[in-house]
Amino acid sequence: MVTEMKDYTPNIEVQKENILNVNNLEIFYGEKRAVNGISMDIEENTITALIGPSGCGKSTFLRSINRMNDLIPGAFAKGEIIYEGLNILSNNINVGALRKEIGMVFQKPNPFPKSIYENITHALKFSGLKKKSQLNEIVEESLTKAALWDEVKDRLHESALSLSGGQQQRLCIARTIAMKPTVMLLDEPSSALDPISNAKVEELIVELKNDYSIVIVTHNMQQASRISDKTAFFLNGDLVEFDQTEKIFTNPSVKKTEEYISGRFG
Amino acid sequence: MNAKVADRVATGVFIVIAFIIVSVLIGLFSFILYHGFQHVSLKFLTTPSSNMSAGGGIRDQLFNSFYVLFITMLITVPLGVGGGVYMAEYARPGRITNIIRSCIEVLASLPSIVIGLFGLLMFVTLTGWGYTILGGALALTVFNLPVMVRVTEDAIHSVPRDLKEASLALGITHWHTIKTILLPSAFPTILTGGILAAGRVFGEAAALLFTAGLSTPRLDYTDWNPFSQISPLNIFRPAETLAVHIWSINTQGLIPDVDAVSNGSAAVLILSVLLFNLLARWIGSLIHKKVTATK
Repeated sequence: MVTEMKDYTPNIEVQKENILNVNNLEIFYGEKRAVNGISMDIEENTITALIGPSGCGKSTFLRSINRMNDLIPGAFAKGEIIYEGLNILSNNINVGALRKEIGMVFQKPNPFPKSIYENITHALKFSGLKKKSQLNEIVEESLTKAALWDEVKDRLHESALSLSGGQQQRLCIARTIAMKPTVMLLDEPSSALDPISNAKVEELIVELKNDYSIVIVTHNMQQASRISDKTAFFLNGDLVEFDQTEKIFTNPSVKKTEEYISGRFG
Repeated sequence: MNAKVADRVATGVFIVIAFIIVSVLIGLFSFILYHGFQHVSLKFLTTPSSNMSAGGGIRDQLFNSFYVLFITMLITVPLGVGGGVYMAEYARPGRITNIIRSCIEVLASLPSIVIGLFGLLMFVTLTGWGYTILGGALALTVFNLPVMVRVTEDAIHSVPRDLKEASLALGITHWHTIKTILLPSAFPTILTGGILAAGRVFGEAAALLFTAGLSTPRLDYTDWNPFSQISPLNIFRPAETLAVHIWSINTQGLIPDVDAVSNGSAAVLILSVLLFNLLARWIGSLIHKKVTATK
């Protein structure tokens, strides 16, 4: 009886909730339009991969989700990205609070030149957490989630720069996790790493899907097909196709997608 | 000439240049120290200077030099670092920022004697203070400030952009990012700039002639009340620094042992700058290690 229950798999996919709704989003760098009116829904507890050749607007789009483009003089966005009922592009959004909920990990590992411990607690302390026991707990918890705890637990107070590239990147993921975000934006998180570190980071990303909604920009087709549930193909600022990853990689509806995936350009 | 020969010639040229620089430096140092140290003694360092007779020391001048340096840095560092942070992080790139930057550069390249005259008008005559340590320190601030601003701006610009983005992406505010990420990372460069500025202050004579004056009141080193006229800590008293002392005894001095005193003073001046540099670097690296958790 029990074994029968185990073998049962539903053939209808459970409809997941959308965590982000992007409506007609345009992003400009001064006069130049980098993203041309895209609309897509990002589901929660899903890995959404953004692929496309360099300069197609996928990173620009990713960075607009937690307003990192605010740092670029002359950059502005039109349209909507709805998160928890709010348009996060509007002026009255508390950008600091937004970035706590929508965290980001960058292409090059960028740990702070501080100790491993302080890399995690830096932002926590800023947000008002002062109690040592609480901090210790979150440090252990987030490093464990980032699959780094066993490697660093004996040298938490050494410089983060003494870690290897792969460990540094997992530390960057850990310090984002420590903020307890709902969405994690990953901008080519493993492209600067060696194959073994890359595999570890990928494994970690798949693991993180259970707790977070993940949007990942990648140049690596295999990576997109291995780890993502949905894939969006960008070209020249347009969203060409957005579908289940399996469909994009086996039977894309648009010719351009097929050409890009099979390596005919890009 | 083929590339290999050109490469060797270039290497040779640079070695020769390095050799010239080092030998000039060593020559200068050994000349000054050799001539100076014959006259430096504990007595020389602890006796007040004399106007007429031989055997005067440099006690007050030495103290004044360090005190003027201290007061100057007290004003320059906060203002300079603040200005540098503004230029690097808050000023919008554009025409006005470029004009400000050019002004800062012009200010940095003003001849110090001009600054001395400006100081005479501003901090001596207009304020009615007369020759004071504060006036001297403010005049020195005028030409040190631009250097400090520039150094801080460059130091902050040279911190990798990634670090700033990483901090902001965690929801940390701009100011807190500057305070906890950018400034600590830029600290070693800012410190080097500060040391260079301090060296300039220590050796400066022209800007102090008309602002801090050529005389020192009879000081009582047991008087720690900064408002007392004979207290060394009083910032509203005239103060002749070591560099000014060297200039004044050589141009208008009446003492018979001018050479001995000025050689001795020069040696002490150089050695003080050297010690000051080493100390500042040592303390700086301690702070940097503590902040960045490196060993």
